[in-house]
Amino acid sequence: MAVHRPTGPQALEPATVAFVCVLGWLVPGAGHLWLRRSERGLVFLVALSAMFVLGLALEGRLFPFELSQPLVALAAAANLGSGGLYFGAWALGHGGGTVVAPSYEYGNTFLITAGLLNLLVIIDAFDTALGRK
Amino acid sequence: MQSHLLLLVVFAALVSAVFAALQRENPRDQVRLGLLLFASFVGAALVAGWLMFPFPLGAR
Repeated sequence: MAVHRPTGPQALEPATVAFVCVLGWLVPGAGHLWLRRSERGLVFLVALSAMFVLGLALEGRLFPFELSQPLVALAAAANLGSGGLYFGAWALGHGGGTVVAPSYEYGNTFLITAGLLNLLVIIDAFDTALGRK
Repeated sequence: MQSHLLLLVVFAALVSAVFAALQRENPRDQVRLGLLLFASFVGAALVAGWLMFPFPLGAR
């Protein structure tokens, strides 16, 4: 797919906007990097990746989708916001969580916040791709 | 990593950096907002902790 990379604030094609959002979801900050917003993209890439990895290191849990437990399902949706990091950790067998660990809730907080912040970052990339910023 | 204060500081720093980069265009403004958010996060947590200090940890 031949996609046009912007050099200034201008609206991109809808397919390109969707591509930017998916890219930003798969790798935090990658949407901004692709849009040539390098400084922002690097901040998002480093900060959100660090939050996610710290969450796993603190023995937090990547929650499963259990619709019978609405709060768990909401946490799972937030976790899913980390995109590629989420699937990478899942594929490597991380994110099981250790409920009895003293840092368990801290780990969950880091993981959930990383996912939610990445959703905000994707919305920002969406606005940038549409030339609104 | 067992220090709650250290975890609080790390969390505040990372979230502040993301919010500052999202909300401001100019690097100088980003640094100012980031520092303000960081100080607010840590300050609010310390004040909340100080206010909760008199409460007992559990019913005994």
